Amino acid sequence: MDNKSDDYSKVEEDLLRPITQTGRDFYVTVAILLAIISVGVFAWIIQLREGLGVTGLNRPIFWGFYITNFVFFIGISHAGTLISAILRLANAEWRRAITRSAEVITVLVLFFGVLNIINDLGRPDRLLYTIFHGEFRSPLLWDVVSISIYFICSSIYLFLPLIPDIALMRDKFKGTRKGKIYRILALGWKGTEKQWKILGRAISLMAVLVIPIAVSVHTVVSYVFAMTIQPMWHSTIFGPYFVTGAIFSGIAALLIAMVIIRKSCHLQAYLKPVHFNNLGLLLLVMSLLWFYFTFTENLTSFYGAEPSHLAVFYAKLTGQYAPYFWVMVFLCFILPVAVLSNRKTRTISGIFLVSCGVIVGMWLERYTIVLPTLINPRLPIERGTYTPTWVELAITAACFAAFILLYILFVKAFPIVSIWEIKEGKEVGVEETAERVKSYLPDTVFEKKSGGLGANEINSPSKRENDHE
Amino acid sequence: MRKWGMVIDLDRCTGCQACVVACKAENNVVFSDPTQEETHRAISWMSVLTVLEGEYPDVKESYIPRPCMHCENPPCVKVCPVGATYKNPEGIVAQVYTRCIGCRYCTNNCPYTLKYFNYYRPRWSNEMKNLLNPDVSKRQVGVVEKCSFCHHRLQKAKEDARFEKRELREEDYVPACVQTCPTGALIFGDLQNPKSEVHRLSKISRAFRLLEELGTEPQVFYLTEGEWHG
Repeated sequence: MDNKSDDYSKVEEDLLRPITQTGRDFYVTVAILLAIISVGVFAWIIQLREGLGVTGLNRPIFWGFYITNFVFFIGISHAGTLISAILRLANAEWRRAITRSAEVITVLVLFFGVLNIINDLGRPDRLLYTIFHGEFRSPLLWDVVSISIYFICSSIYLFLPLIPDIALMRDKFKGTRKGKIYRILALGWKGTEKQWKILGRAISLMAVLVIPIAVSVHTVVSYVFAMTIQPMWHSTIFGPYFVTGAIFSGIAALLIAMVIIRKSCHLQAYLKPVHFNNLGLLLLVMSLLWFYFTFTENLTSFYGAEPSHLAVFYAKLTGQYAPYFWVMVFLCFILPVAVLSNRKTRTISGIFLVSCGVIVGMWLERYTIVLPTLINPRLPIERGTYTPTWVELAITAACFAAFILLYILFVKAFPIVSIWEIKEGKEVGVEETAERVKSYLPDTVFEKKSGGLGANEINSPSKRENDHE
Repeated sequence: MRKWGMVIDLDRCTGCQACVVACKAENNVVFSDPTQEETHRAISWMSVLTVLEGEYPDVKESYIPRPCMHCENPPCVKVCPVGATYKNPEGIVAQVYTRCIGCRYCTNNCPYTLKYFNYYRPRWSNEMKNLLNPDVSKRQVGVVEKCSFCHHRLQKAKEDARFEKRELREEDYVPACVQTCPTGALIFGDLQNPKSEVHRLSKISRAFRLLEELGTEPQVFYLTEGEWHG
């Protein structure tokens, strides 16, 4: 018994350390991020004063960086909630250490997706017209609706599993100013049996609810393009294609976050190689799926050989946007498959490298969807090219910096690895899994077989742990 | 109900650009400086597309004046999230500048690329300030604008007719570009009136419409001998 409570206080200590202790690195990082953000804010003020003339947009290239960012950020948001909900529903025990870091990505990054589309408006002051005068036949309004619902649901879904941990911190920081805030946020959590039951049910309900909403969000984002009549936007494949790309880039973002958290918060004992291995394999599957969609989409346009489609197709594959396109293919397909399909290279550092590549590659994917179509209007009118100005670059950089900053602040305020879920895993998870595995097997013959079978097998890559560099 | 439309005889067009200038003056379209031209941000509700065929000296140049097509099934209208662009009962695709949020979804879904965005605050020289057309509102920065078939002229013609206690005659309403065209290449009228010139011309064998295969049903018809190679 004593041993067990020692174990738990170790878990608490480990997971609360990022909150209680702040190193110099933290302040340096925050200062750098704030500097980038302030340049972005300055650029944004200029844009608000002058109008979109300060960007590189023109006619017919009416959309550029901001819309690319919008699609990209909304895509990243699929990491979290969707992955965590699926893993929770599938009762995947290895989820316990990673769900929260995934859910936080969703909530924070959605905000920047929305920010980018507001930023893209010529009249951001009229934003609320989309509510007062909303025309529901426009796909943009479908976006407004589904992203709002997604934001609300994924915030609830992030908050619910936080409650027991907040209560824990309320008790830890009793009497301090921090403690007061935690007391409010804990919503009177006492950990009674009834409360646990309600919480469990609420989490499962939200997990079920959030999956179709997440799928709908990126489908609707793709509809913004697919519902138009423009060549290579008007495509039936766009819904699932965008959802696949979203999950793909989302997993990559999650992996990057996990690597950084693991190192900076010294959570090597919690975010183990097995977590990276499993997510890495998922990333590999998504990479293959993504390539399948990309291939199908482009082959269809090429084989159909409609002149207006071919113009866009060649702009991508051999023309102005070819460098972006082929870098994208390399980063989203060749590199991930090469690294992740080999057990020797599927290490934490290998996965980190691939994930960074996928993030860049998926941004380029959004870029090569938006631009080549716009640059090739159907009629032979004069056409310009698009080069982003420093304003667009600064605002984009600021969005990334602000996202990272908010993420760091979250890690400083709440345990990024769910404490109660880890405890629960130790307490009941192991036994439950053993029971479950037993129930899969014939009743008599294998009765004596060890319970942790599944877990041990998955754990084997831990022998190859080599992230000490 | 009338349905206003235009017929453009490409065989009569000399590419003189008088329609472009008349349109700019009539509709308070902001003047663009050379850098705006270079960066393709100039606004010109009526624009003449020049198509060159062949190599020197065997060159054929043709001109295609393009106002808004005022489609029967306008792709720009259905994507507008706030109803800032709509098809009015008389067939004109209208733009409400004070409602537009500047998302540019309509500009992207216009297959003719005939909608324009205000990238800058409108600036007028002092001389021009007194010469602006009081019937047409100036557009603010950040909104989309486009050819309205000089809709204000229709309103004025209707008011005049009401004042004189008579029905609106078809010839009371004519857009600035049509009025200006020195060769009579632009013809305007009610497409639903079987006796009107535009109705007759829109049915002849020389008539065609741009990107007809998209099913947008433009209300601007073009006339030319033989096939148009755009």
